[in-house]
Amino acid sequence: MFRYFSLAFKNSLRNRRRSALTISSIAVSLCLLGLLIAVYHALFYPEQTPSQALRLVVRHKVSLGQAIPRAYEEKIRHVPGVKEVTVWNWFGGSYKDARDPKNFFARMAVEPKPFFTLRSSLEMPEDERQAFIRDRQGAIVSKDLAEKLDFKVGQRITLVGDIYPINLDLHIVGIFDDPDAPLTMFFNWEYLSNALPVARRNFISIVAALADNPDDVPQIAKRIDDMFANSAYPTKTESEQQFALSFVGFLGNIKLFLLAICAAVTFTILLVSGNTMAMSVRERIKEVGVLKTLGFNNDSILGIIVGEAVSIAMIGGVLGLLFAFLMTAVVRKAAGSFMPQLHHLSITPLTALMALGVALLIGVVSSFIPAWNAARTNILDSLRYAG
Amino acid sequence: MAIPLSYNFRNLVVRKTTTLMTAAGIAMTVAVLLAVLALVAGLQSAFDSTGDPLHVLVMRKGGNSELTSLLTQQQFQIVKIFPGIATGHDGQPLASLEVVSVINLPNADNPNGMNITLRGLATRGIEMRKLKLTAGRWFQPGQREVTVGKATAKRYPNAQLGKQLRFGKGLWTVVGIMDSGGGAVDSEIFGDGAQVASDFNRPDTYSSALLQATEEVTAAALKKSLEDDRRLNVTVMSEKEYYEAQTISARPVKFLGIFVCIIMAIGSCFAAMNTMYAAVARRAKEVGTLRILGFTRGSITLSFLIESLLLSLLGGLLACAITLPLNGVTTGMGNFVTFSETSFNFRVGPEVMAIGIVFSLILGALGGFLPARHAAKKEILAALRDV
Repeated sequence: MFRYFSLAFKNSLRNRRRSALTISSIAVSLCLLGLLIAVYHALFYPEQTPSQALRLVVRHKVSLGQAIPRAYEEKIRHVPGVKEVTVWNWFGGSYKDARDPKNFFARMAVEPKPFFTLRSSLEMPEDERQAFIRDRQGAIVSKDLAEKLDFKVGQRITLVGDIYPINLDLHIVGIFDDPDAPLTMFFNWEYLSNALPVARRNFISIVAALADNPDDVPQIAKRIDDMFANSAYPTKTESEQQFALSFVGFLGNIKLFLLAICAAVTFTILLVSGNTMAMSVRERIKEVGVLKTLGFNNDSILGIIVGEAVSIAMIGGVLGLLFAFLMTAVVRKAAGSFMPQLHHLSITPLTALMALGVALLIGVVSSFIPAWNAARTNILDSLRYAG
Repeated sequence: MAIPLSYNFRNLVVRKTTTLMTAAGIAMTVAVLLAVLALVAGLQSAFDSTGDPLHVLVMRKGGNSELTSLLTQQQFQIVKIFPGIATGHDGQPLASLEVVSVINLPNADNPNGMNITLRGLATRGIEMRKLKLTAGRWFQPGQREVTVGKATAKRYPNAQLGKQLRFGKGLWTVVGIMDSGGGAVDSEIFGDGAQVASDFNRPDTYSSALLQATEEVTAAALKKSLEDDRRLNVTVMSEKEYYEAQTISARPVKFLGIFVCIIMAIGSCFAAMNTMYAAVARRAKEVGTLRILGFTRGSITLSFLIESLLLSLLGGLLACAITLPLNGVTTGMGNFVTFSETSFNFRVGPEVMAIGIVFSLILGALGGFLPARHAAKKEILAALRDV
């Protein structure tokens, strides 16, 4: 097959318009396929950052809407394998006009000191860290959020409570950079807690824990859940990543949706290139007769035709991946705000390999039947063939 | 003079493999669009059929979700005596104080559990919503009993009649299944208001109140007078408005679906072009003959364009046939207003199909235009001499 590669390649240049159209069609489809595989990967098998792999999220078993006792924090701290814990409390509330979705961002009440231990990947100047620990009304915001809503250090903002019937006056004391926490504001749990009615102070929505070793995370989760299984407030403990994944389900059965589209795209390219190959081969049956007369055997003819299809498909595949690579940046920008998982969207080597594999498969499968038919036709018939 | 349509028909039939493969490629593209539109239409219809034009929903000031809204018993006592509220058979106002939370139930699609809205209310609330029981009975006041919506009962094995659910402070028995006729209530779980409130530690702070106005005109007036009342500090929405706002949850899927469709459409256009160019090339002699017979360049362009449109129409019809079995299939989608899942059926209605057909025709026109012009531009002699 490879011996005749130059012939196969030259053949593909004969009808340039057709090859160009087929290559464009395959490139566009494979660009889409590459993107979809990348999205699937980002949503369901995200790469864990080293610091993320160490973190656990403990919440009420029934739903996030139900609180767990504050006392759980101390109990979790003493679970073997747990290094540090902090309150991680969803505040909700609204900033400015809540009807404008632009004003929505995550607002979490945390305990600053353990928080910094947990978030080892968080980057912020030391003086801002100290300010967050010191200032009870202090708040820190992620860099992307600061850019989006034009927050500056020193600014004062008000959050109007909803689940918590209180308003918070916060000072922005720092702007941090952390790939694991896009569009997020953290503020001091002390401040929220003291503003709450006494009965509610002792309840929190989430405890975040840091494990000593990423391998221990599943056991720690089990230990924590077992500890509270028979209490009035049973818990569900997950890795930070699983926790984030549980929100993806909100968008419907995305997994099935993505797989169905991938299948449809692959099938479409198969039809398109199969069709093109059938057309090219049909036009060249006479040539096949000539080749045979010259002494080419059936296998070489099969190889030449399949080789032509494969080279067209691979050129399309490589071009498609290049497009896909450019598109990831666009998708990251467009979709990252409502699906934080897509912040890390990229064409990984694995994704590229899978897309190219599909291209190769398409080249082979689409040309096999026409090629086989052509190779099988006997010399006289093919020479007589009128096209 | 126009070339008769039967010419195009026969040409498509003669090249039946190519025709079918190209049409199938177009069909896949259109099918993806149809599936997405059917999903959005289904969700839309679930929310559209929820809510009575006479009903208004009272929530905390600035609230846009019952889940994060707070309404106290005292506020409710003031609200329910407002003028404009209809009275029931017993002479009492048609007003229902409700507590809304979410509970987490697993099913096959979401082994980690999905949020379902839990609504605690009194008998008055059921009466106002005109719900039907399809099995069992309504929950009893003061008991840990729930009546579940039919979609929830169908999709969640744990929520079937006779099963028990663990949430709040104990086990709740499913005693009945209710039907709201395809509305959002079908995806909810109803229990006794006082019991739910006490189990969720909020005996005094409920979530919202549902009121029934005497007439549609009074509903608007009622909204205004409630919002203007300084004692209350509430936001009032018509029930219809509230549910309509939730269709926004389909936006990411719609966005993703249309994005995918456009990319696939570009690919299919190239494929259609390829097929049409091949058709033109094969029929060069025929085109020359037609010109000699006196057909103008315009009518030849038109003829090839029509052939391309027929091809894509076939694709559009195939797409309708592929997506039709999807009609009525139940799926669920969460939204960030209720933080829970709403079940709905895919709806492949006439509008959706019409859009699909139009889309396929656009594909055909775009793919057929250049080859048609190419055919018409050929000089007669050159065309006749073509081999």
